[in-house]
Amino acid sequence: MGLIADTGKYILLMKRVFVAPDRGRMFFRQFPKELEKLGLQSLPIVAIISVFIGFIMTMQTKLNTSNPLLPVYTTGLVTRDTLLLEFSSTILCLILAGKVGSNIASEIGTMRITEQIDALEIMGVNSANYLILPKVVAFVVMMPFLVIFSMALGIFGGYFVGVLTTIMTTGDYLAGIKFAFVPYYVFYSLIKSMIFAFLISSVAAFYGYYSYGGALDVGKSSTNAVVNGSILILFFNILITKIMLN
Amino acid sequence: MIEVKNIEKSFESNHVLKNVSAVFETGKTNMIIGGSGSGKTVLMKSIIGLHRIDGGRIEYDGRNLPDMKMSEIRLLRREVGMLFQGSALFDSLTVLENVIYPLEMFSPSTKEEMLERARFCLKHVNLEEKAFGLAPSEISGGMQKRVAIARAIALQPKYLFCDEPNSGLDPKTSLVIDQLIHEVTHEFEITTIINSHDMNSVMEIGENIIFIEKGEKAWQGNKDDIFHVDNEALNNFVFASELFKKVKRTNQ
Repeated sequence: MGLIADTGKYILLMKRVFVAPDRGRMFFRQFPKELEKLGLQSLPIVAIISVFIGFIMTMQTKLNTSNPLLPVYTTGLVTRDTLLLEFSSTILCLILAGKVGSNIASEIGTMRITEQIDALEIMGVNSANYLILPKVVAFVVMMPFLVIFSMALGIFGGYFVGVLTTIMTTGDYLAGIKFAFVPYYVFYSLIKSMIFAFLISSVAAFYGYYSYGGALDVGKSSTNAVVNGSILILFFNILITKIMLN
Repeated sequence: MIEVKNIEKSFESNHVLKNVSAVFETGKTNMIIGGSGSGKTVLMKSIIGLHRIDGGRIEYDGRNLPDMKMSEIRLLRREVGMLFQGSALFDSLTVLENVIYPLEMFSPSTKEEMLERARFCLKHVNLEEKAFGLAPSEISGGMQKRVAIARAIALQPKYLFCDEPNSGLDPKTSLVIDQLIHEVTHEFEITTIINSHDMNSVMEIGENIIFIEKGEKAWQGNKDDIFHVDNEALNNFVFASELFKKVKRTNQ
């Protein structure tokens, strides 16, 4: 019952969010700030995680597939396709659900409990549209760039296995990276990540917008945003994969 | 003028407002007073439209709020200013930007005109120019209240709502805020409704006072009438302290 009610409330909120802004110039003033806050400020964490995951994934694949019957390009191929198909979209979004989701939920939640949202409503501003739309649009726009950045750095991280260790050569790795490349996988990954970006930002905004009480409750909203955002990502991952790769 | 007629409001089985009717006059500081849990905040939020009432009418100069569509309510709210208990200034904006904000949203003025208006409003509430560029967190509670008043009057509202305007302020600053609210009400001919349980404010600026007791209007009058009332609940509420009892005896 709670789930149905919450879904209905979420849909009604989105109906208020996705309308033309009261003042276009206010939207376009807020939009670059959100691009910077949600997108650019996520670059360091995306870079660190992608390089290290690329590195460890390559190492683990190589160490666990040391069969002479397997071609030398196997490790590079597995690393590349795992990064392209799942890591740089799904896993990255799960990580960003924590960072960006909690940021959005706590910011909007704090505005709610300090009556700033009420102040907007009293002024006659569509607070849902004013506060949520720039965040959702900015994050959806930024996500493909973050994914491409992650893919590149992940592959780059894998390359370092050849440079820093003796378990494989950089030549073998690069052969795998170039082998049987399917450009559609990149397209699939980008589309998927944009849907996830929408889910992360809108679900977090929903929990923040309907916060009530005090600081403790904002913390709860933030946790709910991250947990439910992550569950939705996992669920939609199956759905999108079924539709786009079957 | 705002007129409420027979309004009813319940939250599930809790009947909070019972057949409340009152007139809030233009150019006067109208006060809603009552003890904690009496229903005064629900009454104010119902008048603003933050709560949907179960029955009755809320007329803003003849326009009935419960009959309005959301788009019409938004238009009406552009005629409304509100001073919140915690000031509710936007953290991410400076003092000056907070006051410019409603102008940028709804005023057709040029940027220079908006800036001029915001500066006028801030100076009107006696805020020093050096505070204009500060964030709300960098100024005192009293200054935040003054900024909130400046923001509330920026769009020249017809109706001003103040929810516990003196909450958390020292007596001297409270007096300054009361005087400011009183001044802007008279100067700009605003229908002001103040929700308060600060008896100093009631005695200072209460031109039309509505006392709410257990969700019902128990008394209506002004700050002079209040000394001659025989309503026990009101006397227990207003003259609870020895000081006010003494004041009452002196005035009688």
